[in-house]
Amino acid sequence: MAELKKEEKIIEIVNVSKIFDETAAVQDISFYVRKGEFITFLGPSGCGKTTTLRMIAGFDIPTSGKILLGGKDITNLPPNRRPVNTVFQRYALFPHYNIYDNIAFGLKLKKIPVTYRNDKDETYTKMQKLTRKEIDEKVRAALAVVDLEGFEKRSVSTLSGGQQQRVAIARAIVNEPEILLLDEPLGALDLKMRKEMQIELKEMHRKLGITFIYVTHDQEEALTMSDTIVVMKDGRIQQIGTPTSIYNEPANAFVADFIGDSNILNGTMVAKYTVRFCNKNFKCVDDYEKNEKVDVVVRPEDIVMTDPDKGMLKGRVVSVVFKGVHYEITAMVGRSEMVIQSTQSRNVGDIIGMDIEPDNIHIMKKEFTVNQYDGYITKKNTVVFGDGEFDCDVTTLYPGSHLDEEGYLITADGEKIDLTDVDVTVEVGLEDIEISDNADEGGARGHIVQLIYKGDHYQYIVRTEENEEDYVFDIPDLWNENDYVSIKIKPENIHMRLKQEIK
Amino acid sequence: MVKKILSVAICAIVLLFVYAPILLLVVYSFDSSKIINIHEFSFSFELYKQLFRDQKIMQILFNTVWLAFAAAGLSTILGTAGAIGIFYSRKRVAKPLNAVSQIPVINAEIVTAISLALLFSMVALYRTYFSLIVGHMVLCTPFVVLSVLPKLKQMDSNTYEAALDLGASPAQALFKVVIPQIFSGILAGFMLSVTLSLDDYIITAFTKPKTFDTISTYVYNAVKNGTNSSTPALRALSALIFVVMIVILLVINLRARKPANKGA
Repeated sequence: MAELKKEEKIIEIVNVSKIFDETAAVQDISFYVRKGEFITFLGPSGCGKTTTLRMIAGFDIPTSGKILLGGKDITNLPPNRRPVNTVFQRYALFPHYNIYDNIAFGLKLKKIPVTYRNDKDETYTKMQKLTRKEIDEKVRAALAVVDLEGFEKRSVSTLSGGQQQRVAIARAIVNEPEILLLDEPLGALDLKMRKEMQIELKEMHRKLGITFIYVTHDQEEALTMSDTIVVMKDGRIQQIGTPTSIYNEPANAFVADFIGDSNILNGTMVAKYTVRFCNKNFKCVDDYEKNEKVDVVVRPEDIVMTDPDKGMLKGRVVSVVFKGVHYEITAMVGRSEMVIQSTQSRNVGDIIGMDIEPDNIHIMKKEFTVNQYDGYITKKNTVVFGDGEFDCDVTTLYPGSHLDEEGYLITADGEKIDLTDVDVTVEVGLEDIEISDNADEGGARGHIVQLIYKGDHYQYIVRTEENEEDYVFDIPDLWNENDYVSIKIKPENIHMRLKQEIK
Repeated sequence: MVKKILSVAICAIVLLFVYAPILLLVVYSFDSSKIINIHEFSFSFELYKQLFRDQKIMQILFNTVWLAFAAAGLSTILGTAGAIGIFYSRKRVAKPLNAVSQIPVINAEIVTAISLALLFSMVALYRTYFSLIVGHMVLCTPFVVLSVLPKLKQMDSNTYEAALDLGASPAQALFKVVIPQIFSGILAGFMLSVTLSLDDYIITAFTKPKTFDTISTYVYNAVKNGTNSSTPALRALSALIFVVMIVILLVINLRARKPANKGA
């Protein structure tokens, strides 16, 4: 993207982090918003999107980093002095005021410079409150924008959720802010209402020309409304781009899985512009190093069904679901599952062929290839890492060594070493971790925080509570998000290296 | 049918048990005899006349009322500020803060009274108006916190931020948005404080200046010697206090019901 001129960036976030009680809600994020843009923060709950919005509004102050508005530093400016207004998730209307007074709240507090001319023909400016007539006109105009003419005298409690949301929008836009912040404003509405409001909000954005910063966890909403989407996870930005580029070229498996439906498969680059997955070589348009392990993303609508013998892949249909506009057909290709969206139907048990255009094969660098931890050896010759304690084979640290009866390590040269508290680097492969319901069975315990389906297996991330250590692993069984599990690793699969030689 | 009669009867007995002494007092406030005699009842307003003519009792009544309103007013300000502080604190701080603020409610009043006496004698303010008002505030403030906090919890906590967002200063947001939403709780806390202060004896006795008396301390001293014959006008006074309390209670209840009707 071309470097923009300074005036075009209405807001700029520079290396901002926010830490609540030692946990980082937002970690070192940087981006900018162009004037007049509709930008959306998208991510699962707890990804830091609302915190980011609250920092722009001024309700939370960043722990570090800077927020610039039109080039000026507003990091520590209180919310009442920012030219920014917010539409809250649960509206936050003032129940003790009627609709008119709710909308007029900001206007009544506002002071604007008015220029006068005195007797000596000198001009001077005075900060003045708006007149009642001006306020009246503005409130009426705002009510017209949200289609609630004639609601002035109604009390908040007599309004439906959708109407309250409109009042909340009117209350914000009546102040003519430079930026309108919307924190999941449609989250509390039913599906049909939400769709209508999406269109209306988009229309409002076009008419008013204000910059909209929108927060949602609904990927469809983000794709429909935004000019730019910022995908967030765990307080970090995963990808920034237009809806099209985010959908077609997801930066990693998380984004691909979160935005739309997708088939995510393990692949290997076998040659320039050639990737191998499902035991077949495919031409592709992305260039990666030969033999690199990659994630391959194919959107369900990009798979074309053909005659069984003509397609690049052959599979057996295992389920067909009618979705209104299309059928969702699941086929097994070897051990991998492929989801296909098509207007044509097939029967369960049919053998079908599948074609994928090189342009529709999207290749991503693998996010995780191995788990790495800092650990240390205990008195009992076990190893502690990742908030857990595991049995291990300490003799692997010194080739040709063995343990004596007291548990001391005897090296190949016959030297006796006490390994207690020795620091080691631990590596565990993605295939070498198992999980169990039984909390006592494994060495560490945590909750499943993420799972991504990858054709023939799931990739899980289990996070421990104490230090939020992550275990990433691939297993074929299905578990649920938030399940509390214990981590099992076989001693031979724990690969350790000494941090430094012991004398 | 029997069940119904029985349940009504039990309710009636319970209410009679609770209210009989008070009713008796009200009835006998219209009998002017010095010593109550159940066989003789002569209706008159004599005691009420005596009551309003008695300069001393009038002074004491005035003392009691101004003390109640001053202490309740100050407690309401302090308690409301405290409740808002607890509500907007981080959870880790708010929980212990809330618990600690409620200890005086369950603490035996005599313990509070003695501790106050000890504290004020150490700083040479024992038995002054200051110690008296502070004593009553210690009594009332936790109840104000207790009646304001639920109102805060009912409030959408984002409304304060919304006010700031719309350009209000923190003080404007507090007075224009937060206080109006919790006002019924503040008022209830104030009323509760007034009633607590009005009939308090123990703390008053331990903190009041020597020459100062409230109704409670005066009545207690008057009947200390085993007779209440010295001032029969106290019967009229007690009856009046009861009626005033009933009226206050009715007003509060009717006020509380009003917004509900409006919403329907």
